[in-house]
Amino acid sequence: MYRIEKTAETADNIFEFWIHAPHVARHARAGQFLVLRIDEHGERIPLTISATDGDSVRVVFMAVGKTTTQLAAMSPGESIRDVVGPLGRPSEIRKWGTCVVIGGGVGIACTPIIARELKEAGNTVIGIIGARNAGFLLLEDEMRETCDELVVCTDDGSKGFHGFPADILKERLSTQTIDAIWIIGPAIMMKITSGVSRPFGIKTFVSLNPIMVDGTGMCGSCRVTVGGETRFACVDGPEFDAHEVDFDELMQRQRIYGDSERRALEHYHEHQCRCGGEGHE
Amino acid sequence: MSKRPADERLRDFGEVDLGLSEEEAVVEAQRCLQCKKPACVGGCPVCIDIPGFIAAVAERDFRRAAAILRDQNMLPAICGRVCPQESQCEGVCILGIKSEPVCIGALERFVADWERAQGIIPPAVAPPTGKRVAIIGSGPAGITAAAECARAGHAVTIFESLHEAGGVLTYGIPAFRLPKDIVAGEIEEVLALGADLHLNHLVGRSVPVEDILAYDAVFLATGAGLPFFMGIVGEQLGGVYSANEFLTRVNLMHADRFPEFDTPIVRGSRVAVVGGGNVAMDSARVARRLGAKVYLIYRRREDDFPARHAEVANAREEGVEFLCCANPVRILGGPAVTGIECVRMEMQDPDMSGRPTPVPVEGSAFTLDVDVVIEAIGQGPNPLLVSLIPGLIRGKKGNVVVDEDGATSVPRVYAGGDVATGAATVIWAMGAAKQAARSINAMLEKS
Ligand SMILES: Cc1cc2nc3c(=O)[nH]c(=O)nc-3n(C[C@H](O)[C@H](O)[C@H](O)COP(=O)(O)OP(=O)(O)OC[C@H]3O[C@@H](n4cnc5c(N)ncnc54)[C@H](O)[C@@H]3O)c2cc1C
Ligand SMILES: Cc1cc2nc3c(=O)[nH]c(=O)nc-3n(C[C@H](O)[C@H](O)[C@H](O)COP(=O)(O)OP(=O)(O)OC[C@H]3O[C@@H](n4cnc5c(N)ncnc54)[C@H](O)[C@@H]3O)c2cc1C
Ligand code: SF4
Ligand code: SF4
Ligand code: FES
Repeated sequence: MYRIEKTAETADNIFEFWIHAPHVARHARAGQFLVLRIDEHGERIPLTISATDGDSVRVVFMAVGKTTTQLAAMSPGESIRDVVGPLGRPSEIRKWGTCVVIGGGVGIACTPIIARELKEAGNTVIGIIGARNAGFLLLEDEMRETCDELVVCTDDGSKGFHGFPADILKERLSTQTIDAIWIIGPAIMMKITSGVSRPFGIKTFVSLNPIMVDGTGMCGSCRVTVGGETRFACVDGPEFDAHEVDFDELMQRQRIYGDSERRALEHYHEHQCRCGGEGHE
Repeated sequence: MSKRPADERLRDFGEVDLGLSEEEAVVEAQRCLQCKKPACVGGCPVCIDIPGFIAAVAERDFRRAAAILRDQNMLPAICGRVCPQESQCEGVCILGIKSEPVCIGALERFVADWERAQGIIPPAVAPPTGKRVAIIGSGPAGITAAAECARAGHAVTIFESLHEAGGVLTYGIPAFRLPKDIVAGEIEEVLALGADLHLNHLVGRSVPVEDILAYDAVFLATGAGLPFFMGIVGEQLGGVYSANEFLTRVNLMHADRFPEFDTPIVRGSRVAVVGGGNVAMDSARVARRLGAKVYLIYRRREDDFPARHAEVANAREEGVEFLCCANPVRILGGPAVTGIECVRMEMQDPDMSGRPTPVPVEGSAFTLDVDVVIEAIGQGPNPLLVSLIPGLIRGKKGNVVVDEDGATSVPRVYAGGDVATGAATVIWAMGAAKQAARSINAMLEKS
């Protein structure tokens, strides 16, 4: 059992949890994730490791379906049944020169840890974070502290630049030298944003989020096509060369369980009403 | 051995074979000729004293029978159920030449179940030696080695990446063939000897390789869990599964009880399973229990099925339709599967394994309407950990190379089971684990 130590709702429907998991926290590096299962009946879901502190890890997640909704309702002192990690390969941290780290929506969760490790390796780091509106922005202070420069944008202009991170990236690429780029966010945002750096031939990493089960390379649920080859995102990734990724296929595979996911959430809400949120019978 | 009728067993995941009654077991045991040079023992990978335990059954001394089994086999309730007896002990039983071989597996199962019901007498454990042994993986190989090293008095730690122990016994083989309380019970017995189990620990990530190499001895039992895909068009469509994923969703995550359990699965109304081994049969029979019409597509002839004979018969009784001498070339649909295109195969000269080589017949393509495709075409050794250990020599297929003692190219590191042999059987994994554990115990005694 893994104890929840601290919780907060840091933006609209976006939650920040600190979980006591020494085996994960002590070895986690930028770009890696964990898989958790709340209880006996739970699904195994992957979440990026957003920070570590001693024996605890931080995850930041949006309540979108059954598991994340159930998790969001948990309080400090309660426990999660299973946490395994750190999983996946760490980000390719080395001295690149000038790096841009872009986070979109809940994908911003993963950016401070990458930015920090890049800084520690001697890079100049430009951060770009974007969200639908000001209410969905997260970890802005943390990114500002870590990066040499931070650009904030919102789709509706409610804060910072009115537009998308892709617009900022395009402008920067044509005015300064950039050596490596990280883009983390929804698949469609990663597809569009990495399209901007393609003509410049600059190394661009994206962190893929296909549906996973074990997260250890045993099931193949997370398979993605990269450079024409089938790769398992949980062990070969989750970060891949953006310009080689088949994003359309990724998005198609992410939708496989759409109907089931809606049913699971309905079942959860119904059940909650009947038994006062005590969980399963 | 009596079985539940097919229409009844399709409604649940309860065990299909009901086992022998005491009377049946005694009568069956009396058939054994008690051969002076018993062929059956040579057919058992762990050399159980088969006539010995059968004689005890015939005399109704089940406690003695159980003790004889336990001497060589820590997991008799499992092996009695899943060993491919026809190609091992029963395949060489002398009675099999003229009539039916003794049902050694069923007798083994009977004794193990009797013993469990009566309470198992745990083996003696030597006083603590102060030596530490790390076991990576909790499948049959890891569990067996853990028991042997713990009995020798070493401090044993088992690391398992999943949230439950048992390896393929837990996530792969379905409950209707191997009830999960039996697996859990046999693992409990091993832990009772003093071994420690750390779940949710992926060695190489949650535990660095240096920490593992700091143990006095290491046994790698990470199995062959890497699923192969055919590499044909349409494989990324929704509804295409590796057998590992399909079986894991049901056996480990209980997707058959969605939404009571949270993990979903595409059940399908018409399912194609590709392959002819145990993994394919299990997938097909699980898909039947989820309510689908099931085709099993195999490129060779029915006689060539590598699966256990009993499971092929069970699958047939449960209405799985076999399409032999056929091979998929393309999966149709988008975004979900709508069909699978196959070609007929013709059998030509035997290959190295003595089986005929299947060759596609030109112009023989045909299409099946299906909405789920399950690929059960084989698995390779998990590369993650073994590729991180410096100096560890691996064979062409990624398997860890070991000598006859189970030793790898790295000092104090041993390996056994599917990670060394490639996908094999439970009892072979256990046999290799016993050998490696013996070598580890001998090495630690000297040091
Ligand atoms: C490597 C990786 C890192 C991730 N990091 C984060 C993170 O830091 N914060 C965050 O909010 N989300 C993250 N996700 C996505 C997160 O796992 C899903 O939001 C979560 O599984 C949804 O579960 P649910 O039951 O609440 O929703 P569901 O109702 O099950 O699904 C809602 C959405 O999540 C997707 N999804 C469902 N199950 C999975 C699964 N097992 N794996 C991946 N996606 C799934 C579905 O396609 C759907 O779009 C990450 C995914 C991956 C693969
Ligand atoms: C569906 C199916 C049906 C089968 N049916 C039969 C049958 O009827 N009869 C028969 O004899 N055989 C059968 N087999 C084969 C048999 O199950 C295997 O040969 C046997 O389980 C191998 O045992 P093992 O201990 O080597 O590996 P496994 O059982 O694969 O166990 C390996 C364990 O190691 C864990 N692991 C892997 N990497 C790490 C890591 N880095 N850190 C921590 N843990 C790790 C895995 O999660 C797993 O639990 C079947 C196999 C399958 C898949
Ligand atoms: S362990 Fe397997 S091969 Fe050996 S006697 Fe038992 S059933 Fe036969
Ligand atoms: S070969 Fe058959 S008959 Fe002979 S001892 Fe073995 S089980 Fe009995
Ligand atoms: S999640 Fe199972 S192989 Fe990646």
